[in-house]
Amino acid sequence: MSYPRGTIVRHNTFARVNHWITGICFVLLMLSGLAMFHPLFFWLSGLFGGGQWTRAVHPWIGVILMISYLGLIIQFWRDNMPSQDDVRWMQKIDRVLINEEEGVPEVPRFNAGQKFVFWSMALFVPVLFFTGIIIWDYYFSSYTPIEVQRIALLVHSLLAIAAIIVWIIHVYAALWVRGSMRAMTQGYVTPGWAWRHHRKWFRSLVASGSRGPVPGSNRDLGK
Amino acid sequence: MNDLQSQNYIRISATTLTPPSARANEAEVAKLIDVSRCIGCKACQAACMEWNDLRQEVGSFEGSYENPADLSPDVWTLMRFNEWENEQGGLEWLIRKDGCMHCEDPGCLKACPAPGAIVQYANGIVDFISANCIGCGYCVKGCPFDIPRISHKDHKSYKCTLCSDRVAVGLEPACVKACPTGAIMFGTKSDMKDWAQERIVDLQSRGFENAGLYDPPGVSGTHVMYVLHHADKPEIYSGLPKDPHISSFVQFWKGLIKPIAIAGVAFTALAGFFHWISTGPNEVQPEDDDHAKELMESGREPK
Repeated sequence: MSYPRGTIVRHNTFARVNHWITGICFVLLMLSGLAMFHPLFFWLSGLFGGGQWTRAVHPWIGVILMISYLGLIIQFWRDNMPSQDDVRWMQKIDRVLINEEEGVPEVPRFNAGQKFVFWSMALFVPVLFFTGIIIWDYYFSSYTPIEVQRIALLVHSLLAIAAIIVWIIHVYAALWVRGSMRAMTQGYVTPGWAWRHHRKWFRSLVASGSRGPVPGSNRDLGK
Repeated sequence: MNDLQSQNYIRISATTLTPPSARANEAEVAKLIDVSRCIGCKACQAACMEWNDLRQEVGSFEGSYENPADLSPDVWTLMRFNEWENEQGGLEWLIRKDGCMHCEDPGCLKACPAPGAIVQYANGIVDFISANCIGCGYCVKGCPFDIPRISHKDHKSYKCTLCSDRVAVGLEPACVKACPTGAIMFGTKSDMKDWAQERIVDLQSRGFENAGLYDPPGVSGTHVMYVLHHADKPEIYSGLPKDPHISSFVQFWKGLIKPIAIAGVAFTALAGFFHWISTGPNEVQPEDDDHAKELMESGREPK
């Protein structure tokens, strides 16, 4: 991947591919899951070739998502470690929401909102995976008592809804903060973007003479 | 079963609409199983296999009179045998014909996510319409009696239909037809309750003071009822539940959280949309580019 001259690398190719595998799986799981959750959405099962196909394919996509999200956890957990600054940033969330970020604490690679999305999913995805295994009737119905399966279904549904809500926040934030979408599609941001939204990260890159995505990293840069 | 019935539906799985109900004034039917008259001959099992063309694979002897070992996609009714020692130290051989109870408030139907895969006819029979079944197993979780079984061959859920095809044309279920002692009776639910009452009075006069009718109110009654000589202890009849009801986990999952979930998702999406309309995107300003340039010039050149 080559990035235009003078830009900063936000997400390397591996991270982006990993992210979009996760994203595609999430959308497919959401559509097929909603079809089996509420009669109003059963028509979505048509996208998968009908109810039987929807039921059959949903858990396999879930397995891929679990593996894929593990990849994201490994790549992103360090930059998502919470800090005191996150609390201060959250206290100024009203300024952030009206696009006026003067006086808001400088943000490292990820802000508190992004960390919230990351850790929410880091909790939801494994729990959805394990409750999903419990209710995967074809292979696993005989391993747990029926009462456990009932609880797993309830937890699976509740967390799926929570995950969808977090996902909407994630998608909207990416559309709202202009330039973020390109960061996850083409991988780069402008220095102005980095200054405006992730100044602490930007400063650390400049200080280490790195083009990103993390200080000291100059892999995957191209020319 | 196939959806070839002349019966009207009063309940349909996974629909938000009310089924056509103007003609739903039919007499409700019930099967009455009098365990005190059952001799355990399994004629009902054989008749069920015969009428429904079911052939369970031949298994092996498991040390029990129960044969096959359990309900399955090919076993819709099963005689269950239990040797029970009563208070006087005597042995009672309790035999119960197990199968779908055809609940008035069916947990399977409540849990089912596939529109029209589970229906309840106006006469009260709960039937699985296989063409619409997606094989998810939610009905298994919804059932308080552990009845439905998912086939690993065709990914469909199966259980007793109460011979809805026979009943629709005025015949009794096959098991009723075959029973040699009259332990299985069939008719309108009110007739069956009257008949059960006569049997209960008779049993009580013969020393079974706790004889009674099993028509559990937790599922709003059932369309398969038992006369039990020990109605105070249904669990001794191979685990017949004492107070069956749809699990509260299932109730919550299929009740309150559905509208809350839709509202939560819709609210979040609308909040995003109106934020966009009112505040708009957060764009990089020219001064951000200037500041960035300044910093980069003061720092080391990126390699």
